[in-house]
Amino acid sequence: MPEETTDHARPVVDTAHGPRTGDVIATPAARLGVLARAWDSDIAFSFRRSPVTIVSAAVALVMILAAVLAPWITPQDPFDAASLNMMDGFTPPGEPNAFTGNVYMFGTDPQGRDMYSAVLHGARVSLVVGLASVAFSLTVGVTLGLVAGYLGGRTEAVIMRVADVQLSFPAILIALLVFGIARGVIPPAQQEQATLFVLIFAIGISNWAQYARTVRATTLVEKSKVYVDAARLIGLKPFVVMVKHVLPNVTGPVLVIATINLALAIIEEATLSFLGAGMPPTQPSLGTLIRSGQQFLFSGEWWILFFPALALVLLALSINLLGDWLRDALNPKLR
Amino acid sequence: MTTQPYVRVSDLSRSFDVSKPWLNRVIEGGEKQYLKAVDGVSFDIPKGETFALVGESGSGKSTVARMVVGLLPPSRGEVTIDGVSMTDRKAEAERQRLRRRIQMVFQDPYASLNPRWRVDRIVAEPIRAFKLVEGEADIRARVGELLTLVGLHPDDGVKYPHEFSGGQRQRVAIARALASEAEFLVCDEPTSALDVSVQAQILNLMRDLQDKFGLTYLFISHNLAVVRHMATRIGVMYLGRIVEISGGREMFTSPKHPYTRMLLDAVPDLAMSGQERAPVAGEIPNPINPPSGCTFNPRCPWANERCLAERPPLADGVACHAVHEGRLAVKNAA
Amino acid sequence: MTDTVLSVRDLRVEFHTRRGVLKAIDGVSFDIAKGEVLGVVGESGAGKSVTGSAVIGLIDPPGRIAGGEILLSGQRIDNLPPEQMRKVRGKRIGMIFQDPLTSLNPLYRISEQLIETITTHTDLSPSQARTRAIELLAEVGIPAPDRRIDSYPHEFSGGMRQRVVIALALCAEPELIIADEPTTALDVSVQAQIITLLKRLGREHGTAIMLVTHDMGVIAETADRVAVMYAGRVAEIGPVHDVVRNPLHPYAEGLMGAIPTLAGEEARLVQIPGSMPRLTRIPPGCAFNPRCGYRFGRCTVDRPDPLPWRGHKVACHLYDPASGPHFLGEGRTLAAAEKHEEATA
Repeated sequence: MPEETTDHARPVVDTAHGPRTGDVIATPAARLGVLARAWDSDIAFSFRRSPVTIVSAAVALVMILAAVLAPWITPQDPFDAASLNMMDGFTPPGEPNAFTGNVYMFGTDPQGRDMYSAVLHGARVSLVVGLASVAFSLTVGVTLGLVAGYLGGRTEAVIMRVADVQLSFPAILIALLVFGIARGVIPPAQQEQATLFVLIFAIGISNWAQYARTVRATTLVEKSKVYVDAARLIGLKPFVVMVKHVLPNVTGPVLVIATINLALAIIEEATLSFLGAGMPPTQPSLGTLIRSGQQFLFSGEWWILFFPALALVLLALSINLLGDWLRDALNPKLR
Repeated sequence: MTTQPYVRVSDLSRSFDVSKPWLNRVIEGGEKQYLKAVDGVSFDIPKGETFALVGESGSGKSTVARMVVGLLPPSRGEVTIDGVSMTDRKAEAERQRLRRRIQMVFQDPYASLNPRWRVDRIVAEPIRAFKLVEGEADIRARVGELLTLVGLHPDDGVKYPHEFSGGQRQRVAIARALASEAEFLVCDEPTSALDVSVQAQILNLMRDLQDKFGLTYLFISHNLAVVRHMATRIGVMYLGRIVEISGGREMFTSPKHPYTRMLLDAVPDLAMSGQERAPVAGEIPNPINPPSGCTFNPRCPWANERCLAERPPLADGVACHAVHEGRLAVKNAA
Repeated sequence: MTDTVLSVRDLRVEFHTRRGVLKAIDGVSFDIAKGEVLGVVGESGAGKSVTGSAVIGLIDPPGRIAGGEILLSGQRIDNLPPEQMRKVRGKRIGMIFQDPLTSLNPLYRISEQLIETITTHTDLSPSQARTRAIELLAEVGIPAPDRRIDSYPHEFSGGMRQRVVIALALCAEPELIIADEPTTALDVSVQAQIITLLKRLGREHGTAIMLVTHDMGVIAETADRVAVMYAGRVAEIGPVHDVVRNPLHPYAEGLMGAIPTLAGEEARLVQIPGSMPRLTRIPPGCAFNPRCGYRFGRCTVDRPDPLPWRGHKVACHLYDPASGPHFLGEGRTLAAAEKHEEATA
């Protein structure tokens, strides 16, 4: 046999690198930039193929942007009582006010607060609570799940039994319980400012168990793969192996749960605020707005309830649909 | 200590608890059950040689490999590498120094590389862990050198494992094993997941590297033809024990143990084309309840009373009463 | 050609993916005669299993048969409606897969599965079918078949399960058996038993067997003829002894040299450079040309057709008189081609 086989000193290279026939072997993607490659990836492809996902992503993006930019794109600061004009109260959407002649797209509430401004600022509060509580439960859940899965034994048994017990209660009940305890512990003077943090903690702590369960299961699978053995062979400590090798491989499922949980956390926050165990009316979230709006539903001022509720539904639904798509796209077996 | 071989494995044993969970045992009755995966295995490997362990599934060969590298603590027995005990708890500091010199190549190249890491980071990991090279540029140069050594291109370092074929991944795994300047490689079925033409490439590469660096191999395989090609000495395992141990060529020209003979008759081989094979009886028994005496006795045409009752010791390279008593003549190559 | 059981003519199987059409099988032709075992060998991705699936009509979307014909005893079966094809599969083509558990339902006793298959495809009454099932189990070498027949699949060992699957495949006295890697999941010592069994049954029943495997050793011992596949095409097809001892196609030559044998102990194995191209990147001309040491101008342009050569069929330009000075005429071997290459280089 010619060259390659007789040339013992130089081990043979697989065709993927061989310049033998560059015309057939070069991959088109290799020449493209990072953006083009991302566009060409399987995830991007499955995104492009799903109209529901594209619409959800667009809705979620617009709402999140609007919430973030709220102070700059709204005509009014709804929290600043001085800027409100009682004369503007109960203006129906799109119609001029009987006294002042002002027109409000989403109408106004009894205090003359512009509902458009209120909804955007409310969505901002809801998103902050949602994101922060997801970050909190994610950190707690992933850490405990990783530790349980990697160490096993008694540590695992304790963590997972606690998770089981917690999962047998509805999350909202746990959040209410935490909120109630916080009420009792924190001095009344600081309660108002502390509400935001209490809410984040309450929602976050009620959701960690899901992360822990999933991460533990994924860790068990990854731990049995031999690349973990290879890392142990060079004498790495269990903690290092866990963080450097196992953790990056459990991010997929965690991302899916985090997305879906974001929608749930926003709804949970709204539920708590609606029940009065949430954001105060001085710093309203979507839930608080719905709570104050529902009393006007039967007196004809429907818009005070309708727009915050619509915003909540759109936000939660679009994020949830994105999470669903992400779950399918990251699971090759379903494709 | 010139008499001490490079690798010495003595009386290595490992049991696994395969009992039902505690609650089930209490309710349904039944005792704790142990599976003796490896039972009293001993062998030596001189420096620069290849010792192969062959056996079918359940023979315990992979368990031996994991104990030798220290991934699994043995229930009994000892592994000594270059005079340092891998099993003695006191020698931890020395063992940490030894660890650099022992690496493993695994069977499944799809699971042995972290899918989220680029290849250059995978190969550089042992270099960083043992601080063999200082400075990012020098580490990168060393990784490129290693990739070239195993027949890849230095530019391949920026790719992820999924961009490679099975054979190329196994090359990466070998590069990682060499990155720590290892002297002793434990190879657990390194080619059984690969196609034959790729297997030939990897086996040739492993031999080249052995010649170049004087590597010592413990080679685990179920494939007798591959073992014949690679090994200087061979141990045949059956149900956790070594039943025969002999030189690479001898094993094939004059097999002693009835099981070895049976295996050699059974292997489908190119040279056998058109021949009728000798019929082989039976299957491997359940290792949780192995037969008494010699574990091969239910399948052995030469088994007698003694074989049912007494476990044959490994003497003259074979653990078989029939051979020891002269009832079964050692077959010589015609 | 009265005793040709299976005839595959210019078969093409395509997979439609978002990155374009993949030709998994591209113009494959072969025949299997009554009582003959044809080995189909190749490395992963060569298309050997897809060929088997195409014959039994089990190509799943996005794959489809894009051309060619499959004839079973002269009758075309590649275009049958699914319902009819299902009957052909049960009655006229038996199947043995790598994992016996895919063919056996774990919830039913094997007696129920065997009797159901027999009564569906023959006129036997259930009690006659039971007798027949016991006969079959005895034939495939299951000890005490009259007692073992009422066991569940999990009560058998791997080798015994594969024997049950063979009995199941034989129930309807099929004309053809497709065995896809039947011994790959088994231990060496058990493998040998199954090979012997398959070979004997094929001979005794006059069943044609298509044996798909990556293991050349299994083919060498079992098959009468062998088709060596590469990148969705047949590289060489011929009597098994000839192909093993004197392969004509450069790929077959490399493959045989790459296999370590019990007899040989050469220091190095023959090594084919590179690896099989992915289906997305099959080179023009001969699919093997980037890895071939005998390549010349024509190989990168023309696709070689399988041409008859000393009882084989070889898809290689070296065996085509139209290749001029590169043509390996009577008495010239691959070694001669190498010398020629050196001389012209």
